[in-house]
Amino acid sequence: MTDFLLELRSEEIPARMQAGARTDLERLFREQMKAAGVEHGDVSVWSTPRRLALIAKAMPERTEAVSEEAKGPPEGAPDQAVDGFCNKNGVTRDQLEVRDVKGRPTYFAVKNIPGRDVKDVLAEAIPAIIRAFPWPKSMRWGDASISTESLRWVRPLSGIVAILGEDLVECEVHGVASGFATLGHRFHHPGEITIGGSDDYIEKLRACHVIVDHEERQGMVRQQAETAASAAGLNLVADEGLVIENAGLTEWPVPLLGRFDESYLDVPPEVIQLTARTNQKYFVCNDAAGKLANAFICTANITADDPAVIVDGNRKVLAARLSDARFFWEVDQKTKLAEHAKKLERITFHEKLGTVADKVQRIAKLARWLAEEGVVPGADPDMTEMAALLCKADLVTEMVGEFPELQGLMGGYYARAEGLPDAVADAIRDHYKPVGQGDDVPTAPVTVAVSLADKLDTLVGFFLIGEFPTGSKDPFALRRATLAIIALSASCHNLRLQKAISISVGTHLGEEIVADEFRQHFIIYACDFEWTEKLIAEARNIAENLSGQLAATRANWFYGLAKIPEFFADRLKVQQKEAGVRHDLIDAVFALGGEDDLVRLLARVKALQSFMETGDGTNLLAGYKRAANILKKEGFEGTDRIARTGEEDPLSLVDDPDVGSIVAERGKGGDYEREPAEQALVDALDKAEPAANAAIEDENFGSAMAALASLRVPIDTFFDDVTVNDENRMKRTARLALLARFVAAVHKVADFSRIEG
Amino acid sequence: MSSPNSSVVRDPAKSFQDMILCLHDFWSAKGCLVLQPYDMRMGAGTFHPATTLRALGPEPWNAAFVQPCRRPTDGRYGENPNRLQHYYQYQVILKPSPPQIQEWYLDSLKVIGIDPLKHDIRFVEDDWESPTLGAWGLGWEVWCDGMEVTQFTYFQQMGGFDCKPVAGELTYGLERLAMYIQGVDNVYDLAFNTQGVSYGDVFLENERQMSTWNFEVADTDALFDLFRKASAECRLCLEKGLPIPAYEQAIEASHVFNLLQARGVISVQERASYMAQVRDLARGSCEAYMAKYSVQWAAAYPEWVA
Repeated sequence: MTDFLLELRSEEIPARMQAGARTDLERLFREQMKAAGVEHGDVSVWSTPRRLALIAKAMPERTEAVSEEAKGPPEGAPDQAVDGFCNKNGVTRDQLEVRDVKGRPTYFAVKNIPGRDVKDVLAEAIPAIIRAFPWPKSMRWGDASISTESLRWVRPLSGIVAILGEDLVECEVHGVASGFATLGHRFHHPGEITIGGSDDYIEKLRACHVIVDHEERQGMVRQQAETAASAAGLNLVADEGLVIENAGLTEWPVPLLGRFDESYLDVPPEVIQLTARTNQKYFVCNDAAGKLANAFICTANITADDPAVIVDGNRKVLAARLSDARFFWEVDQKTKLAEHAKKLERITFHEKLGTVADKVQRIAKLARWLAEEGVVPGADPDMTEMAALLCKADLVTEMVGEFPELQGLMGGYYARAEGLPDAVADAIRDHYKPVGQGDDVPTAPVTVAVSLADKLDTLVGFFLIGEFPTGSKDPFALRRATLAIIALSASCHNLRLQKAISISVGTHLGEEIVADEFRQHFIIYACDFEWTEKLIAEARNIAENLSGQLAATRANWFYGLAKIPEFFADRLKVQQKEAGVRHDLIDAVFALGGEDDLVRLLARVKALQSFMETGDGTNLLAGYKRAANILKKEGFEGTDRIARTGEEDPLSLVDDPDVGSIVAERGKGGDYEREPAEQALVDALDKAEPAANAAIEDENFGSAMAALASLRVPIDTFFDDVTVNDENRMKRTARLALLARFVAAVHKVADFSRIEG
Repeated sequence: MSSPNSSVVRDPAKSFQDMILCLHDFWSAKGCLVLQPYDMRMGAGTFHPATTLRALGPEPWNAAFVQPCRRPTDGRYGENPNRLQHYYQYQVILKPSPPQIQEWYLDSLKVIGIDPLKHDIRFVEDDWESPTLGAWGLGWEVWCDGMEVTQFTYFQQMGGFDCKPVAGELTYGLERLAMYIQGVDNVYDLAFNTQGVSYGDVFLENERQMSTWNFEVADTDALFDLFRKASAECRLCLEKGLPIPAYEQAIEASHVFNLLQARGVISVQERASYMAQVRDLARGSCEAYMAKYSVQWAAAYPEWVA
């Protein structure tokens, strides 16, 4: 048993690719060893900008000899069959063995694969690993690149160290031969170093100013940056992405703190941080009060005699960048946001959905509607509309042109600077939120209205033009937009999707076809939430009865729109599952149908979740299931049977409020003496039904559940004391009807048949 | 490396021109032809035919030259200490890319006075792409104490053709390097020579007037006309099997397009279309260049396939 060291040296490997390269190196190595039957111990991989390294522990010196045997035709089979078997297994006829298989002499081919020196296996594996390496971007170089078949690597491959134990594994790829020699730090130790093996590799390189272990370098960057900050009485603004990047750019990281001119602090701190981070990969620091300080931390790759020289160079570069940023900051403010917004006409949002200016107009209408209708309580309609009209204006500012990630944020700063109300400035700043899971969800009413309108507009627009997400492809981030809508609905009084979407559809179809009868027709459909089926039927109708481009476009609108409810429901389930809600509870509420108010839907799921965590919930469920089973067994479940017997179905109109009392009357049964438990259940239902209905009406789903909970004891007692299947047909029917009434009552709150347990 | 002209006392830290001469000496000693700037207006040294056209084909090609670059939109009327509409690039093109190209480059920095044990030199990923030239390559921007001083690229494609073999291209930003080496914060304060002439003495008035012309004066009708004429001339040359003059017209069209941009008369929508036109001219020229020499190259380099 011995250890194996592999080092692949390269001209500077991009920092962002190093983590992937480590994973790939280990995977390819393991695959090669597995294929060759080499068992080995732990594998470690490291990277620096100039090398990938791997150490595999406990490698054998030889692979085990393996014997493989294959069963062939029986003795006496036609020559053709026997020869074919021999060819297939690479043996000659006289090498075949004959063995008895269930009384028949049968040919066997036995192949003895001898063990191999692992050194030879590695000599083949290394070139194979290098050739198969999946770099995100690779290139050719040097003399060999006269052919496009030449090796491709992330940057020129410059050296290979491959040592098994103390022996060189000899191999060559693209003119690079393996050896014992590697290079130390580019500047601190320009000469060659001879490596003995895996034991001295790390330490020899360390002596030559190379820290091979990327995690160790990350630790150095993190810790020394913190130390430098605290030595200056500041706090480092932690940034793990920068830690990893700087560790990927250096073999000998030396964080250094510098200061920039205090006057730049007039520029918003986010801008300074982003400038420092994106362009220069510098950390920034906060002062004791938590405000951004005029300090930066760069990470050098050398220990210089006079680090001040390096710091000063970096300071100048940052100053030039900050001076640009300040220029943008000042220039942008010379123009009001409303003026900037006019330039949005020049930016295409999507070729079929118009310019960003068009989108802004749509958002403004929809946002205003959300405010006026009280969908978002507390949102002042005028402020909401103003915020919506300005929310994208910063896209044409110099600052956002330079730093697109500052969209929204800059708009917020500029809005405040020109004296717009805070609610408007906040809405402009935060209307992109929530951007993903874990992002803050706005709760300020104006912000919620603008954000909702923006996302609804995007969702409806792309569905109208048939740009649906498929599989892993969601180029317009419609899933994210939908999840954001769901999250934002927490701040809504109600959010009737069909209504909101139909308003959005109206804004999309534009003023120019306002007089078009078709548009009216379409919007009526959009408002009628029998959605899916009707819309698809209408699409077919149009496609069949109209011809030409217009018909196709219109048919597609319907198809597109018809897909929204299902897409929404799917997102809702995903979101609820991720929020820890049981999927069967979601189904139980969704299965009721007819509810398009997102707020009510979610409230009901939430109430059901709490209820099912109580003993009342689980017992009621057991009672429900038992009742439903009996009804099913007795066939007391639909109109069919009753219709067949010619009797009126007492439950067919159970959901109709006008006949509810009649049904209840029926449920009380005929003129026989009810047993006490039976009567108790009737009494309980008489109380619970109106209570639950009233609670649902009030959107108080917790109370609705509590009303149901009152049925738990009566139903349990009923099952204990009363025989449903009484000989007396009248009693039996009455009791089945009572159970059906119970089931229907429960069903009004949620479809309990979907709940597991 | 010892200077081949050690009898000449040259201190790159003292003047802009001495720095250029040091680079000339250095790359000349490495076997590069020291060429002169191309006598046309262009946005980057990469447009020089010694780079673009010579990057095609199998023949070895090593050259170094200074190329004045014009970027009309970068003009600041001489008021910005870092931005110019006219500046110099130092270009080195080495084909095929030699194995020690990075070491040579670092040596060249030492020659102009940058000690990598005093200054933090870094190779930071920066892939290069020129849609106008149908070209791309992988490489780095080289940082010196956080400042980008050189673009270092291994050309993979030029004019839409695979580079066979690959050329290494180094583009030094001369003013930036000089500012760094001379410790000057304003480009116009650079010592151009050692006799007291500054960069500003040579170019400040030029920047003011050219900025005014680029942004405010240039006759846009005449420029649109120039663009059309250059395109037509390029196509004519291509018909006649003359890739080099055709390529010159592509350079011309590209610069005229940049001027039109500076005048703000090209809308966002039109921009893409103009860029596509320039790309077609440049690609067409490269294609014609390849077509003209392919047979001859294939004969001389059997391992080379067009």
